[in-house]
Amino acid sequence: MSVLRLTTATLAKDFRLEWRSKDALNSMLFFALLVVVIFSFSFDPNAEESRRIAGGLVWVAFLFSSVVALNQTWAREVRNQVLDAYRISPAPSNALFLAKVIGNFLFVALIELLTTPLFIAFYKLRAVGPAWQLFPVAALGTWALVVNGTFFAAVSIRTRSREIMLPLLLFPISIPAIIAMVSATTAILTAEYSARFWIVLLLTYDVIFTVACLLLFETVLNAE
Amino acid sequence: MKRIFPILAVLTGAFLSYALYLALVVAPTEQTMGDVQRIFYYHVPSAWTAFLLFAINFVASVVYLVRRNPAVDAIAVTSAEVGVVFCTIVLITGPLWARPVWGIWWTWDIRLTSTLVLWLMYVAYLILRRFSTGGQTPVIAAAVAVFAALDVPLVYFSIRLFRTQHPQPVIGSGGSIDPRMLHVLLMNWYAFLCLAALMFWSRYRLEILQQQLDEAEGLESLEMRSPR
Amino acid sequence: MAAPAHTIITFNNVVKQFGRFIALRGVSLDLSAGKLYAILGENGAGKTTLLRVLAGLAQPTRGTVSMLGTSDLRTVTREIGYMAHPSMLYDELSARENLHYFAALYGISKEDRCASLIQTVGLDPALSRPVGQYSQGMRQRLSLARALIHDPKILLLDEPFSNVDVRSAREIASLLGQLRDSGKTLLVITHQSDLLAEVANDQVWMERGRIVTPEERE
Repeated sequence: MSVLRLTTATLAKDFRLEWRSKDALNSMLFFALLVVVIFSFSFDPNAEESRRIAGGLVWVAFLFSSVVALNQTWAREVRNQVLDAYRISPAPSNALFLAKVIGNFLFVALIELLTTPLFIAFYKLRAVGPAWQLFPVAALGTWALVVNGTFFAAVSIRTRSREIMLPLLLFPISIPAIIAMVSATTAILTAEYSARFWIVLLLTYDVIFTVACLLLFETVLNAE
Repeated sequence: MKRIFPILAVLTGAFLSYALYLALVVAPTEQTMGDVQRIFYYHVPSAWTAFLLFAINFVASVVYLVRRNPAVDAIAVTSAEVGVVFCTIVLITGPLWARPVWGIWWTWDIRLTSTLVLWLMYVAYLILRRFSTGGQTPVIAAAVAVFAALDVPLVYFSIRLFRTQHPQPVIGSGGSIDPRMLHVLLMNWYAFLCLAALMFWSRYRLEILQQQLDEAEGLESLEMRSPR
Repeated sequence: MAAPAHTIITFNNVVKQFGRFIALRGVSLDLSAGKLYAILGENGAGKTTLLRVLAGLAQPTRGTVSMLGTSDLRTVTREIGYMAHPSMLYDELSARENLHYFAALYGISKEDRCASLIQTVGLDPALSRPVGQYSQGMRQRLSLARALIHDPKILLLDEPFSNVDVRSAREIASLLGQLRDSGKTLLVITHQSDLLAEVANDQVWMERGRIVTPEERE
């Protein structure tokens, strides 16, 4: 059976569900907005300083928003035990995993697109370095958060107090990725050093953990 | 088996005391750092022991994912727990050493920071085991352990590039260490390894007993229900 | 029924443990093809776990299960239909949208299959209401349709009559009889054995994680 066809079918189903309920999108958007506003009250830097700290602020905001989205990923599948219907079917588990990762990626990317202008306005940001490099950094960084986040969210649904378990697992493992995306963003904003190495590190992180997730997802999904 | 344990415990205690004597009295005083440097005989062996235990945790987790043997899972949880204990010692002794020598409690030096991240990951692993419900705990814990181990080299490289303000490694790169110091260091490491093995053994036995108890309680709960 | 029934499912001393709880402790059982079995017993006797092991959702801690001549249950997923106690449906989607998605999981893309199945279980295929607004009876019918989507040889049903009105329950029961007559093997957990009295071929009693014979029950 084609993984691609099933992935698209699952993605289409998830978008339809999200469109009907709008659970995740609304709460996530509002949450991201709150984070931006609160951060801008906590720090009132001049343009030079903000260039230096913006990389960290932006990614911490995105990290928190994506945790909200990731916690919702499996909630629908657990309700009414629909996940079991998937598990007993011959459909490959990785099609489900990929659909969830791609769905979350698009979700978080949308949030990033909508909140970035606010950051730019509040912090009067302007990149000194090559601004186009921010796109690969954002894409790779978001994938890094979302691929492991989707996996650990699937782990968390097997525990008591699911919602808190996800960040406890995701944050420590994500530290190298966070260092890389923050450093790359700061490098581009300040043009003090090259972002290239950090982009390579992010790419390595993405490749290693995407492979690990695909290899272990079926085991975690069927653990019972 | 039960007889051997107290004997081993006494022997380990004696060995540890001897190692402490070596560290405090026999080892020469370091020229620039003074007596503070002696904490090094605790700091470094703890770190090596913790890394060894985390490596055991990784191997046991992989083996568990393949074989699904409960005894291997007991090894995994035991090594993570004892590893976190030694890792905690590293994180406490590190700042104690750094404060008089560099004048700061904490520095974002690569080895100290990597150890901190390692500690965070394995504490998260232990919390997961505590919060997980039902019989799937070993499987999901093993998967998370594999992720943590894969992360270690990435943590190392990212921090190395993030901040590079640490003094050069004392061991391994230069070989500038006094042979007497090296001897004391190694004796302390062996003593720590004995202690770790002892803790590992008793914790492992406890885990196996716990597994047997769970099984017995499970059977009993079935017997108790709906007595006829 | 056709020729002497052959064994289709075999449990060999199956034990299933969840952490501190043991749900099955040494279940041995042979079930024949083309029959409808009523699985009876008190709550917590291990009935649901028995079905979950068969569906491949739970791995036995010890012992073996073989079905259709294999003990690797992952290879026979296409031959098993499972209706759990929860609906296993998306509340926000309509009946057809639900069935389309589950059909896709089995690689089935025929439009008419879903519509005819919805009719078979006694629902209106034109209904576009989300399933969340269905009555329990309608939901159970749709849940049955979901379990039948890939035309499996073996059907596992967990409490198909719970919270269902009497008329619906009767209809579902007679539908189960028809499915049995068409050659399928059915395992039905229920508390209302009278509803199945007309169509069940045999009864399996469970007690405290074991199969018990009628004599042992006394």
